Amino acid sequence: MSRAKLTSQLTPYLFLIIPVLLFVIWIVGPMLCTFYYSMTRWDGFSAPEFIGFSNFGKLLKDPVFLISLKNNLKWVIAFITVPVASGLGLAVALNREFPGERYIKAAIFAPLVFSMVATGLIWSWIYNPEYGLLNQVLTLIGLEQFAMGWLSNKDLVMWSIIFVAVWRQVGYVMVLYLAGLSGVDPTLLDASKVDGCNRWQTFRNVTLPLLSPITVVVVIVSVIDSLRAFDLVSVMTRGGPYNSSSVLANFMYIESFHNYKMGYGAAIAVVLFLITLVFIIFYLTRVLQNELEY
Amino acid sequence: MDRSITTTNTIRMLFSKKPKGDKTGFFTSPKRVLAYIALILFTLLWITPILIAIGTSLRTYSDILLQGGPFSMPAELVLTNYRVAWERGGLSHYLPNSFIITIPALFLTLFLSSLSAFALARFRFRGARLILVMFLAGNMLPPQVLMLPVFRLTDALGLYDTYWALILFHTAFQLGFCTFVFRNYMRTIPNEMLESARIDGCGEFRIYWQIMLPLILPAMAALATLEFTWIFNNYLWAIILLRSDSLKPITAGLAVLQGQYVTDWSVIIAGALMASIPTLLVFVFLQRYFLSGLTLGSYK
Repeated sequence: MSRAKLTSQLTPYLFLIIPVLLFVIWIVGPMLCTFYYSMTRWDGFSAPEFIGFSNFGKLLKDPVFLISLKNNLKWVIAFITVPVASGLGLAVALNREFPGERYIKAAIFAPLVFSMVATGLIWSWIYNPEYGLLNQVLTLIGLEQFAMGWLSNKDLVMWSIIFVAVWRQVGYVMVLYLAGLSGVDPTLLDASKVDGCNRWQTFRNVTLPLLSPITVVVVIVSVIDSLRAFDLVSVMTRGGPYNSSSVLANFMYIESFHNYKMGYGAAIAVVLFLITLVFIIFYLTRVLQNELEY
Repeated sequence: MDRSITTTNTIRMLFSKKPKGDKTGFFTSPKRVLAYIALILFTLLWITPILIAIGTSLRTYSDILLQGGPFSMPAELVLTNYRVAWERGGLSHYLPNSFIITIPALFLTLFLSSLSAFALARFRFRGARLILVMFLAGNMLPPQVLMLPVFRLTDALGLYDTYWALILFHTAFQLGFCTFVFRNYMRTIPNEMLESARIDGCGEFRIYWQIMLPLILPAMAALATLEFTWIFNNYLWAIILLRSDSLKPITAGLAVLQGQYVTDWSVIIAGALMASIPTLLVFVFLQRYFLSGLTLGSYK
């Protein structure tokens, strides 16, 4: 093989070598390591000791694990319904010209720009049982029987946190749908009007199907985001009171870095990974199908 | 060029778009005016948490307690909370740390991902699809699945508790997403533009550097704003890979502030707002790029 030809065959690899190496060292390798650690007993200081699958057996009997799983499920369900529906509703309602449209859209989107930590702190203050805004307003409008410790009530705390996450997510979904709507051919909408569709029928039969690729992506991203949820819980409650707001990500962090049960923590991470994997595969096959259409 | 198409386009532009600044034609019926008022009220309610936070940060905590809560008339507006958070709360070193971590990570991510995207978009070669799938999938992993080994790796490399641990990890983790976005963008660029340079004897790296990079600037701007916000706002990795208080970025610093000023919400909230100023500025001034970045990466 001539030297020139060899170089030209090597070219793509030369471009890729540093990024791929970095990615393998920091992402792929560690991921595989976690599988190994999940089968060990390891305190983070001494060497990991192989113990097979017993971490997973222990997990199934751990009440905190079950609470976390249930809380993640609540999070997923809330995330694939409320922000998706309201983001879509807002996008459809705001997809027109009106005075100050830029500012109103920006305001709805604004919560996403604040870090989760800042958001968590601001809402902790709003939820504050004694002087927080929420209880103060409830009292002012004569609903003081509903004023309560939003983050100290075991049955309520998870929903209080999920509400904050939803508040943050709506603007993001809205932006995605607005982008999708701008690609909808207006002649299609006119045609359905000519055919005698009312507004709801046009939305239901024309707009919504055209937006379905976005809906699929939004749902997948929402599921993955809710499985990752950590920051808000960590800042607002650390999973309390009595683990009632524990989610898998936070549970894993506490077990690993506070209780130094790193093997056990790795097992939690593996479970989290396996659940996420279903959605990653679903997403990847979709993307790759689109690729083949090129 | 087909003139009829151009003409219809021009006509459509002339009639469908009202000139900027004159949107008063919107208010054609009382129903619309009412709907608009409802929209304004809804928007105000939506950002109430932010408005209340600003209000809280400008009052002393004792003033809030005295008046019965944050929804009340302040006796006076003060900036002391910001000063306390900045000086005694340590934000004066947390905030610069955030930039020290975010800026290099941002540059490295954009540079390296544009390199790999160039290879993936321009060449056909063995393993191309595998690499693409690897990049795409890696970005969607829950961080917990990397936490312990990465923690151990930084320790083994002597990077634990240094800025570089975070810079390198963020770079690696964001590479996948950026590569994917850049690659899709590069594929929309007609090959002839690059081919002519090749005929002129340019090497592939020069084609990348002198021709491709200027052409992908819009995507670069979009990703830069987005990635800046993500890396800047990251909390998890800062608490995993750093221990020294003097190195912590603002997100981890806020958690410290929260512990330090448990009973003074005015200071905590002032800190939270100050921590959000950089990303807010990026959003306000580069909103267009920010939003296009979001939509670039999310579906295709």
